[in-house]
Amino acid sequence: MKEIRIHARAGQGAITTASLLGYAYFLKGMYPYAFPSFGAARMGAPMNAFVRVDSNPVRSRSQIYEPDYLLIVDHTLIRGFNCFSGLKDDGVAIINAKDDTLEVLKLMAKQRIFIVPANEIALKHIGRPLGNTTMLGAFCAVTEELTLDNLNSAIEHRFNQKLQEVNIKAAKEGFDYVRSASL
Amino acid sequence: MKEFLEGSKAIAEIVKFCKPGVISAYPITPQTHIVEELAQIVADGKLNAQFVNVESEHSAASTVLGSVACGVRSYTATSSQGLFLMAEVLYNISGMRFPVIMTTAARAISAPISIWNDHQDVVSLRDSGWIQFHAENIQEAVDLHLIAYKLGEDKSIMLPVMVCIDGFILTHGVETVNMPSQEDVDKFLPPYNPPYKLDVKNPLTLGPLVDPEFYTEARFALNETHKEALELIPKITLEFSKVFGRNYNGLIESYQVKDAERVIVAMGSVCGTIKEAVDELRRKGRKVGLLKITSLRPFPVSQICEALKTIPKIAVVDRALSMGSFAPLASEIKAVFFGKLKKPKIISSFIVGLGGRDITKESIKEIFRLLTGKEKQGEFIDLKPELLKESYE
Repeated sequence: MKEIRIHARAGQGAITTASLLGYAYFLKGMYPYAFPSFGAARMGAPMNAFVRVDSNPVRSRSQIYEPDYLLIVDHTLIRGFNCFSGLKDDGVAIINAKDDTLEVLKLMAKQRIFIVPANEIALKHIGRPLGNTTMLGAFCAVTEELTLDNLNSAIEHRFNQKLQEVNIKAAKEGFDYVRSASL
Repeated sequence: MKEFLEGSKAIAEIVKFCKPGVISAYPITPQTHIVEELAQIVADGKLNAQFVNVESEHSAASTVLGSVACGVRSYTATSSQGLFLMAEVLYNISGMRFPVIMTTAARAISAPISIWNDHQDVVSLRDSGWIQFHAENIQEAVDLHLIAYKLGEDKSIMLPVMVCIDGFILTHGVETVNMPSQEDVDKFLPPYNPPYKLDVKNPLTLGPLVDPEFYTEARFALNETHKEALELIPKITLEFSKVFGRNYNGLIESYQVKDAERVIVAMGSVCGTIKEAVDELRRKGRKVGLLKITSLRPFPVSQICEALKTIPKIAVVDRALSMGSFAPLASEIKAVFFGKLKKPKIISSFIVGLGGRDITKESIKEIFRLLTGKEKQGEFIDLKPELLKESYE
């Protein structure tokens, strides 16, 4: 079983991100359960979305406290929350930020953090600073749990044609960004 | 066909397959996605139904009362305060013996305001005369709607059915669902053909004023029908399994109960988390199990008795309260065994997950730990004592 926790603000597309990720796993024949948890239930308020995925149907309905993977959609949340709480010893965090603006805490030996300027990449392709699909592209590259093809199929399933194209481009650049950075 | 669907969308889809002629609802979190989706389905011409927009839940319930009275299959959905605003009408719907089917996205009640999940809204409607089912996951939620229409509209039953699904956890959760085909649904669920309806050519009075000569018998009959539903539900679920290939008991589900020394009794989505905890504890050699209640009304007394009578220790998990008394489900489970010779030695009661407080595997293991030789009464799990020290002064 893998557990993924997404940190974002309400309105930043975290639920869409979780269900895209879930759908990509679903296409692989896995059993994902994607779900949100709202804080104040207001636009802009910190919230979480989660994906729990296994090769058998997922039964556990609690939130995720010890994630394998973290997606931090809004890095300003790191100031007020311990977004890294419970991250597994060999866990991976992907943070949407320009890397020169971010101070990242010390890591356990096997933990890895990837900083991706997803909003900038999204602005270039989508015209809006919605870095979710870029981060998912990075997720595919880092975790190798999903191929870019899996993700693209999920994007095609979710968006209309115009949004498909731009999001697929944004995802590809997220994928390439992490690949080239880790070489 | 296997699909990856949000609970609300899956429910809207299955309601579409049931072909109601009238849908009326007022949006309330976390039910909203269900009725938004249905409104879209009707607007797109994918379902030949009238979607009646109304100004309140009281009107939504009244609208479907009227449409079922005219012999038209109908559907509504609500949650929490909306369910309470409907309450007066709900008793009329069951009293007039109309098989309205309603999804309730179970949610906490005010005050203080909470949009999050527990069972305080639905459980408080247990005496309304409605049949009440609780779903563990999205698949079960979908399937229970089919079973609900089939059961409620059976000429021997003619009762409304409430399908309770945990707000957010299932309404906003997305998971793999095996969606039935329209053909299979048609095979299972015949068109609604009521024995009585409002018709200008054959005038009929429904739900009139009755004097004390008649009222008791009307209520007696309703209560008797609930007993008959207990007999019919397993027959319908058997028929369901023949068409759709999924097996439900429809009343209860026993999970690792047979040789268990400690068993939790619970309803709804938390049963999934409990099953995970049970498997983990079993791997360590602990003899634990779960009894899931699917049908809160009618309450399957003899099935529960049969399943639990040899179990030494029972923990009843309530996600609701009855202020000043025993927790609702706990008091019913205790009643099942009152006066019985063969019964659990300990029936402890635990309150958990109010207003969306997360129920983790640890919460469940804590319940098993506290299920000792000393009976617990309404013990709160995951309570924060430090918050109780705050005062107005």
